[in-house]
Amino acid sequence: MISQFFVLSQRGDNIVFRDYRGEVAKGSAEIFFRKVKFWKEDGQEEAPPVFNVDGVSYFHVKVVGLLFVATTRVNVSPSLVLELLQRIARVIKDYLGVLSEDSLRKNFVLVYELLDEVIDFGYMQTTSTEVLKSYIFNEPIVVDAARLQPLGPAAIFMQGTKRMPGTAITKSVVANEPGGRKREEIFVDIIEKISVTFSSSGYILTSEIDGTIQMKSYLTGNPEIRLALNEDLSIGRGGESANDYRSSYGSGAVILDDCNFHESVRLDSFDMDRTLALVPPDGEFPVMNYRMTQEFKPPFHINCLIEEAGHLKAEVILKVRAEFPSNITANTVVLEMPLPKYTTRASFELEPGVTGQRTDFKGANKKLEWDLEKFVGGVEHTLRAKLTFSQELHGEILADSKEI
Amino acid sequence: MAPPAQSQRSPSPSQPSGKSEVSDLKLQLRQLAGSRAPGVDDSKRELFKKVISYMTIGIDVSSLFGEMVMCSATSDIVLKKMCYLYVGNYAKVNPDLALLTINFLQRDCRDEDPMIRGLALRSLCSLRVANLVEYLVGPLGSGLKDGNSYVRMVAVMGVLKLYHISASTCIDADFPSILKHLMLHDSDTQVVANCLSALQEIWSAEASTSEEASREREALISKPVIYYLLNRIKEFSEWAQCLVLELVTKYVPSDSSEIFDIMNLLEDRLQHANGAVVLATIRVFLQLTLSMTDVHQQVYERIKAPLLTLVSSGSPEQSYAVLSHLHLLVMRAPYVFSSDYKHFYCQYNEPSYVKRLKLEMLTAVANESNTYEIVTELCEYAANVDIPIARESIRAVGKIALQQYDVNAIVDRLLQFLEMEKDYVTAEALVLVKDLLRKYPQWSHDCIAVVGNISSKNVQEPKAKAALIWMLGEYSQDMQDAPYVLESLVENWDEEHSAEVRLHLLTAVMRCFFKRPPETQSALGAALAAGIADFHQDVHDRALFYYRILRYNVSVAERVVNPPKQAVSVFADTQSSEIKDRIFDEFNSLSVLYQKPSYMFTDKEHRVPLEFADELGNLSIGEAANNVVPTQMVEENDKDLLLTTSEKEETKGSRNNGSAYTVPYDGSSTSVFASQAQIESAVSNPTLAGHSPQASFAIDDLLGLGIPATPAVPSPPQLKLNTKAALDPSTFQQKWRQLPVALSQEISVNPQGVAALTAPQALLRHMQSHSIHCIASGGQSPNFKFFFFAQKFEESSNYLVECVINTSSAKAQVKIKADDQNTSQDFSTLFESALSKFGTS
Repeated sequence: MISQFFVLSQRGDNIVFRDYRGEVAKGSAEIFFRKVKFWKEDGQEEAPPVFNVDGVSYFHVKVVGLLFVATTRVNVSPSLVLELLQRIARVIKDYLGVLSEDSLRKNFVLVYELLDEVIDFGYMQTTSTEVLKSYIFNEPIVVDAARLQPLGPAAIFMQGTKRMPGTAITKSVVANEPGGRKREEIFVDIIEKISVTFSSSGYILTSEIDGTIQMKSYLTGNPEIRLALNEDLSIGRGGESANDYRSSYGSGAVILDDCNFHESVRLDSFDMDRTLALVPPDGEFPVMNYRMTQEFKPPFHINCLIEEAGHLKAEVILKVRAEFPSNITANTVVLEMPLPKYTTRASFELEPGVTGQRTDFKGANKKLEWDLEKFVGGVEHTLRAKLTFSQELHGEILADSKEI
Repeated sequence: MAPPAQSQRSPSPSQPSGKSEVSDLKLQLRQLAGSRAPGVDDSKRELFKKVISYMTIGIDVSSLFGEMVMCSATSDIVLKKMCYLYVGNYAKVNPDLALLTINFLQRDCRDEDPMIRGLALRSLCSLRVANLVEYLVGPLGSGLKDGNSYVRMVAVMGVLKLYHISASTCIDADFPSILKHLMLHDSDTQVVANCLSALQEIWSAEASTSEEASREREALISKPVIYYLLNRIKEFSEWAQCLVLELVTKYVPSDSSEIFDIMNLLEDRLQHANGAVVLATIRVFLQLTLSMTDVHQQVYERIKAPLLTLVSSGSPEQSYAVLSHLHLLVMRAPYVFSSDYKHFYCQYNEPSYVKRLKLEMLTAVANESNTYEIVTELCEYAANVDIPIARESIRAVGKIALQQYDVNAIVDRLLQFLEMEKDYVTAEALVLVKDLLRKYPQWSHDCIAVVGNISSKNVQEPKAKAALIWMLGEYSQDMQDAPYVLESLVENWDEEHSAEVRLHLLTAVMRCFFKRPPETQSALGAALAAGIADFHQDVHDRALFYYRILRYNVSVAERVVNPPKQAVSVFADTQSSEIKDRIFDEFNSLSVLYQKPSYMFTDKEHRVPLEFADELGNLSIGEAANNVVPTQMVEENDKDLLLTTSEKEETKGSRNNGSAYTVPYDGSSTSVFASQAQIESAVSNPTLAGHSPQASFAIDDLLGLGIPATPAVPSPPQLKLNTKAALDPSTFQQKWRQLPVALSQEISVNPQGVAALTAPQALLRHMQSHSIHCIASGGQSPNFKFFFFAQKFEESSNYLVECVINTSSAKAQVKIKADDQNTSQDFSTLFESALSKFGTS
């Protein structure tokens, strides 16, 4: 049960504000924003997603730079509210096509309409785009997606979330095509987050894959869809311990540690032939989330060498090798490396004669970025970066890289 | 609702001040109101949109009320919706104007289109104007009977809104019983869910004044209702599922087969993609199996994988919520997660609130087998660019060091931190080395060698400086230049801003003086002089005290300042186990995130709906055996709980013992008993099972007030114990002090008993059935400590028992004191036989 819901812009402006129960004072948005903005005096830490000020609990999630906030006075389930906020953001995105401050402001009447149906007197009613469709009458005003800065694939990981800005699909689920004819389309994305830690000697310390099968359906008539997964898939390890002997390694079997499914998925034949049957609801939703820690060959191998080149200078040599066969090409590979806070300048030196590579030093969050547009399998690339510091260097760690 | 009338707010330059715009709008609206020209709806839409956008940014547009209402006579549903939004926003501040809208809203409630009927009804109920309630009853009544589920859904919430505006109108119209009927018979699950929410809220609020309401509320968690809802759970929306699951946690099954049925039914909910459903299910599982130790363990194993998936699959905000719950579970069962420690490694791009929790998890799961890996990982973080996290990681390393037996490697690591020459790393490490030395004085040589190399000038943070000074004083005999370092610190007395540091400095100089008098004498003089002149009261007092005691007798002073010290075995736990239990009872709620029970952060009136557990605990305090619980007692219970907490802290202090004792009659642990007792009573009284909880009589027995829980007590003939013995804690303490030890012996505990003794509560219940009552218990595996008492049948002769059970050696040390010394041997036999049966039954 929640009391209020509001959306704030990065500057703290109210974009949408809805009070459901009138239990929390009106100034809550301001209180909230001040608290979040100045969480710790040094500004080095982010406010946790849930906190309590004077008996009012504030929940917030950040989606594309907007703050979706709910307040309550009762002791509710935190994951329930956080999940709800996330879901509201997704429903709004389903309707507007693009979720941004601009599109919200243009469509706020529609958003209010949605909010009225999603929550009544603080109780969740429905968040299914499908059901909501029959209650909603405002037409979305489509914001031109092209004008928006495309979110690079790396942006997803900077926010630490796996929710993709559905690659090419930024059109509204409900809006009709200008031509009047609706296209029967369904998009299925498989997004995997691979986390690998290498030791300085190149040995793999930890490896983990978090994946999700994401679907966005524009189909009319809600037909049933079958999704066949790898037949050698098995879930859960036989033994409980993480260190048990993995006999199946190399045999091609895929062992998921655990997975969960969207509520529309029926698992009747999953045990037999690994097929998921589902009637996809409208809008974007995760069909299945999974997690595995089985050993695998990481797609990239990264090597990093740091040399101190004088008092306030250092040279970083980054080497990355694609471990996949040469007939596969990876697109838009981004390597990021956090640098010490006191890095003031960085100059880069790419291999002579390469094209389609960009390097950047992000002064604001002290990050080195290296974009490789095309990455052919089996090839190795090197980047030399000269860093200048305002303080003495004490050594640093290399974080993992990401690939889409 | 958008922020309404904020005309007093100073107009910011970026926003239009609104005055002229509003009057402009007023004119235009007036023109359109009567017009029937084609396309007029479109221009109306534009105007309405403008009005609402002004409303959102905080401009007062309430002056348009009349015009808006006039324009609302339209068949365009979009226009209607905007108008409802506007009306809902301003009706409360303009009750007179709101009356204008009643007419058209009532008319819309009878519209042909169910959407309009629903919307109008919702707006009508959202007006929140008390003098208009009479107009609500009729439309609500027909709304509840409407053929369209959307209208019914809205009407149910409308009843709840009406209740909040005027409770008496709602009750008089008999709406709750209509809702109850709907809840059990409606075909639409959302209607059912809304009925459930509304009824829970209404009856919880009514329960304090009406017996019937509290009976009705109990009926919500009765077997038929719960089964009805559970059987349909898959039809409910995910949010409604959470609601049902929450209700199920309050249900007390009558036997174990019922528990397994429920768990099997809900098993697949653990694979739901919605974390809220999964957590709610987990809560049900944990609550159901509280009394079944081995199944409870299986539950931990079962929920592990889904939880870890949730952590990695959601947004960072969701992982935060899930991780907090994982943390709670890890604290209760570290071994379950000890092999999954790698999941809690931080990733560089995670927000700091997630990292922080993960660090805590790593500390909690560390054990002999994984300490090395964990500490290695943590040491990596110490060099992190994120300074607060680096600090946390060092603290985490220290915590692990303090809880492990084998600390060699960790000490080396900590000492390496000292040499890293980053001021914050050094500072944190110093504080840790100090704590470490207090626990493991045997490491002093290694540590002191490194600490001696640290220049006090490089240490600026008060805590770290204080730690360094403490070490200088404590180990001045081993550190060559200790007196001189202290001397230079004393010279800079005035520049030292922290009173804590100055206090430590005084003590350190004193200690150093007794170890190396000639070298320290001058520094001591200077320190005392500066201390006495200090403006800070504590520093001043301590300096004066040292000065006087030195004058009085130097050897006494030495005994005071440099007494032989014992290593600290356990550092005081910041949170009592009682509070932890209470948080666990509130699993899947904010309590877990704040690490506080809900009574600490919610207002009383907002507490009622969720907390049935309170009342179960409360029953034990209520004297009469009734099952109607006035809610005002919840509050008393809370006070009581606070009381027992503080009391407990006192006993902890006076016994000078690190382990926490739980006095069994507090809210949280009794609720556990209560559910146990209910299960027992339900078995013996099948007629009562499934009806409202009949915990009271069993609970009374727990306090020795009522009738026995188990009628046939298997007691040997030679000594009969009173099944309803009563003794209050203070009398117990008094007697314990006065009486001599009558018998002291070692009893071996059978293996089953050891296995069952995972928590003190298990034994308490067992001994209870043998008429031996527990007054306090505490400890953690492998050592548990209990204080029991028993009374002779029909005599007020007491037996007091102190029983320390070590599960690893399977031995119990028992000390018995008795009013009547002659029968103590008999009682001892009885006690032994009772203890030996533990775990076998």
